[in-house]
Amino acid sequence: MSDAVADKPQAITSRHDARYKVTLYEHVGIDNAWTLDYYLGHEGYQAAKQALTTMQPEDVVNEVKKSGLRGRGGAGFPTGVKWSFMPKPDGRQRFILCNADESEPGSFKDRYILEDDPHQLIEGLMIAGYAMHATIGIVYIRGEYHLGYERLVQAVKDAREAGYLGKDVFGSGFDFDIIVHRGAGAYICGEETALMNSFEGLRGNPRMKPPFPAQAGVYGRPTTINNVTSITSAVHIIKHGAEWFASMGTEDSKGTKLYQVSGCVNRPGVYEMPMGATFGELIYDFAGGPSEDAKAFIPGGSSTPLMPFTDEFLSAPMSYDGIAKKGSMLGTGGVIVIPKEKCIVNFMWNCIRFYAHESCGKCTPCREGVATWMPKMFQKLVVGRGEAGDLELIENMSSNIKGTGFCVHADAAMWPIDASIKYFRDEYEYLIEHGVPKYPRTSWWKD
Amino acid sequence: MTELPTIKPFFADKQDLVDEILGRYPDYGQRSAVMPLLWEVQRAERHINEARIAEIATILDMHPTEVKGVMSFYSTYHEQPVGKYHLQVCATLSCSLAGSDEMYDYLVDELGIVGGETDKAGRFSLQKVECLGSCGTAPVLQVNDTYFECVTRSRCRHLLDAMRADTLPEPWRERGGDNVGCRKSQTRQIPRCRRR
Repeated sequence: MSDAVADKPQAITSRHDARYKVTLYEHVGIDNAWTLDYYLGHEGYQAAKQALTTMQPEDVVNEVKKSGLRGRGGAGFPTGVKWSFMPKPDGRQRFILCNADESEPGSFKDRYILEDDPHQLIEGLMIAGYAMHATIGIVYIRGEYHLGYERLVQAVKDAREAGYLGKDVFGSGFDFDIIVHRGAGAYICGEETALMNSFEGLRGNPRMKPPFPAQAGVYGRPTTINNVTSITSAVHIIKHGAEWFASMGTEDSKGTKLYQVSGCVNRPGVYEMPMGATFGELIYDFAGGPSEDAKAFIPGGSSTPLMPFTDEFLSAPMSYDGIAKKGSMLGTGGVIVIPKEKCIVNFMWNCIRFYAHESCGKCTPCREGVATWMPKMFQKLVVGRGEAGDLELIENMSSNIKGTGFCVHADAAMWPIDASIKYFRDEYEYLIEHGVPKYPRTSWWKD
Repeated sequence: MTELPTIKPFFADKQDLVDEILGRYPDYGQRSAVMPLLWEVQRAERHINEARIAEIATILDMHPTEVKGVMSFYSTYHEQPVGKYHLQVCATLSCSLAGSDEMYDYLVDELGIVGGETDKAGRFSLQKVECLGSCGTAPVLQVNDTYFECVTRSRCRHLLDAMRADTLPEPWRERGGDNVGCRKSQTRQIPRCRRR
């Protein structure tokens, strides 16, 4: 099928395109899709076999480079390039670490892969491990994903018994095994260096970079860290070819991505779409449109600046570059649609409370600013005791907090606040002036 | 140092389990086992006390303070026992938009406890937690390890009644999105409603 696609010069940027085919999420939602039998019955482990037996590790890296795959965890670093940063094999143990500590509000794509299609992740890890001569794969799964953890552990066990993991996989001479490690509820452990610390049995504080993980990662040994969907994408790149992957998306964002919609839409959930599809297509055509009047949406998880719910922003393509042009970020692709009647100050208070709770406490600006002062300021506004100058103080604090932390946690907490003040300053001012929110509705729970 | 009351060591008759957990990690990375060991204690005893911390420290050749440091960093290890049903209400953005604050208030009214507390009978604990990764099926209520999704007011009442009768129902799994209509059959129904 890759040949058929390669003939067409026009890139696929809409899911309505007849050539588009669901790949990452093909088996999610089907009963027993997580079992080895089911997976083998659906071309399971064929891509890994192809990579391990017919390709050299360098070819695999080049194929992923050629596909244009960029990291799906938020930062969008080209995956193939990241893989090529690994030093030449020097006898040290090397690791491929899968970041399944999905905890960004608005993101829930990895959870369904872990629960319903864990073998896809195992296959992806095998390919990634082979490409980087890493014989141990680690999956760091967040502690709350209990079902996902159990299914993944069972899947690893099944794969090991069936000979897909262990010594000399597919007779290629390549040994590979997987460690499944469970987190215990800390958002910061999604940051790659904090994740390594947490895995090593230390507190989950971020580490200094450099040295980068490729030089000194887990236990000080070469490590590459990828998001779940970056790794599973590699399966389909090998299966269908880099050209197929690159035939979708825009100039700078290739392939297919899982977008998540939540908030006030009629059909919330995860939708797999080619990159470059617009927010309008996702929200109206697939998620069934807003269920009530909407005024804003978060484009890619709570860390990304929100955007007004207008045609100008809805027509923006959901690609790394397309969203950056509108002043925000693609992030994890977790779209949250905010209803008109929700007080934006209250919404942002909820958001900053999250970052306050999850600050690891290592750096003073984050510990004092994000975790203490900022929520206090918002609480003051929300209870109606705001006074003239508070808004300016928040803006001032925000600009002083950004860029001062060890990791981007503090920045990520401030970006959405800045954007909410930029687009909804009137609501802040109304609340400060009147002591009551412009939109006072508090009842949201459905019967 | 305060004398600890002597209690039966938790891992004394569980050498197989300890070996299995330690065996997951390479020789030079045995310290990684601290989180899985803490998990075992937390799950069995619903909290982790100082004696267990000391025990884990001995197994891993760490100082008890180091183990405590790791434990206190994470939000799902508890120093005080949680109830038989540990109700964790997701309070973050999408769930909040779907009414989780009201759900929390409802549970406070019904159970007579607030966040972080356990009732006298040791049956219920209530806690507000941050994003559980179930934004598409908000609001979500996590009971011990299980997610209950799309918890409406009537479902919450139903669930509470069931737990009071000690019959926790099977979780209903609702996913929405690409999984609409494909749960039973293997043919995928892609929703194609056009923008109006």
